[in-house]
Amino acid sequence: MKALVAVKRVVDYNVKVRAKADGSDVDLNNVKMAINPFCEIAVEEAVRLKEAGTVSEIIAVSVGESSCQEQIRTALALGADRGIHVEVEGKPEPLSIAKLLKGVIEKESPDLVIMGKQSIDGDNNQTGQMLGALTGMGQGTFASEIKIADGAIEVIREVDGGLQTVALTLPAIITTDLRLNEPRYASLPNIMKAKKKPLDTYTPEDLSVAVTSHVTQVSVAPPPERAAGIKVEDVAQLVDKLKNEAKVIS
Amino acid sequence: MKTLVIAEHDNSTLKAATLNAVAAAQAMGGEVDILVAGANCGAVADAAAQVSGVTKVVCADNPAYEHQLAENVSLLIAELGAGYDNLLAASTANGKNIMPRAAALLDVGQISDILSVEGADTFKRPIYAGNVIATVQSADPKKVITVRTTAFDAVAAEGGSATIEACASVHDAGVSRFIREEVAQSDRPELTSASVVISGGRGMQNGDNFSLLEGIADKLNAAIGASRAAVDAGFVPNDYQVGQTGKIVAPDLYIAVGISGAIQHLAGMKDSKVIVAINKDEDAPIFQVADYGLVADLFEALPELEAAI
Repeated sequence: MKALVAVKRVVDYNVKVRAKADGSDVDLNNVKMAINPFCEIAVEEAVRLKEAGTVSEIIAVSVGESSCQEQIRTALALGADRGIHVEVEGKPEPLSIAKLLKGVIEKESPDLVIMGKQSIDGDNNQTGQMLGALTGMGQGTFASEIKIADGAIEVIREVDGGLQTVALTLPAIITTDLRLNEPRYASLPNIMKAKKKPLDTYTPEDLSVAVTSHVTQVSVAPPPERAAGIKVEDVAQLVDKLKNEAKVIS
Repeated sequence: MKTLVIAEHDNSTLKAATLNAVAAAQAMGGEVDILVAGANCGAVADAAAQVSGVTKVVCADNPAYEHQLAENVSLLIAELGAGYDNLLAASTANGKNIMPRAAALLDVGQISDILSVEGADTFKRPIYAGNVIATVQSADPKKVITVRTTAFDAVAAEGGSATIEACASVHDAGVSRFIREEVAQSDRPELTSASVVISGGRGMQNGDNFSLLEGIADKLNAAIGASRAAVDAGFVPNDYQVGQTGKIVAPDLYIAVGISGAIQHLAGMKDSKVIVAINKDEDAPIFQVADYGLVADLFEALPELEAAI
């Protein structure tokens, strides 16, 4: 079984991102970049499926500028077998990324596509579902556990108030939630080996996709700040304030 | 302008999140209809027809929609979408699952998690875990949008008199099947709609200690939540999680106990009206957003608080 894993280059999750003073965009000068945490979980899941003998080949694909080859190499160091870079300038939107991934799927015919449920930059949570629509595949979004048997996949999904289990026919798309697994760290020998693994590059033209813009960012701003509160001395004062000042309890 | 709001429901009751999504639809102006897609969901359609300011309820009652599988419902929404300018849903697990699939079928983008309507095609939404608010403009002729429910005051559930129209369209993509759902049973209000929420963090030390929150929650009719750190440590299940990767809440009163206040947690609760923080570390970042901070050992403060309210 062949697995395709999509990975995205994003700002490291430890970086506190700020809007530029002129509100034109976020300030990403000299910030550390990394593989999106949910994509890292996707890579880990594919590697575990390979270790279990379910998956035979893992292809890591990333859509973006040439710098995102760094994140493909990270996925290769974690255990993916080869990489595909779809080279696009700027910030492609989820629908364009989904169309490009569909192009890669048509070339590679994977049995399983695993990707993060959202990227921590745009927080859109769209690409996996859009890819499902474009390919007609079933989607197991927000997955916390997957089981593959007899040409089908069972997915336990994180939903409001609990867990939902669905069965999908293969090929299918899985988007990862936090509890699916805990990703490993790449070892130094594996990082060295990853440099020699094959990495192909495609352009949108190669995949017959026109990259278009549907949503433009007009401006950015910091969120409204809360006014500073006070420290209370003890529980009695806290209860008094809540009753008589904030009037939120009676 | 015509807007279709996708109802959030469980085939028997209309969920409150729908009322927030209708509020966002009304902020866009024009006629607002509601789609109820489910099975044996007549009661939901009746409730939706009562919602203030709604013109028409479209009820697609068919076994194919019973569990609102995205593969099937997105096909229905894409078909009905031909007659609307805007398609909206609450940014719930269901809305997030279904709407992007419908958007791609219509070959349009989606605007996720809007906080406000700035114009017919312009909206505000959070990016980077809520550290930045972006104003975005859609160039699509048809807009597919999910709504952050805490950012819009719910419209009245009563007072409307919409017509109910049955929709006979059946879409079964045949690629997915519902197996089961395990929904946590609780007498407490739901986390996202409770007016009081009390949450525990890593400072609770273990899952058993969450019982210290229960007595207070009972007295205040509060929902119990948790930080991601507490969930990751296995103290409580994931559906307790408040934060960017969990639930977004904005109750009248939010009590954070033993929570340091990581950015990812603040993103899920900082729009609460009144925030109380109880933490023994006086430098914890949670105090920067708290209206009332109490520097204390939670194991002493919680029993005192339960006795005092």
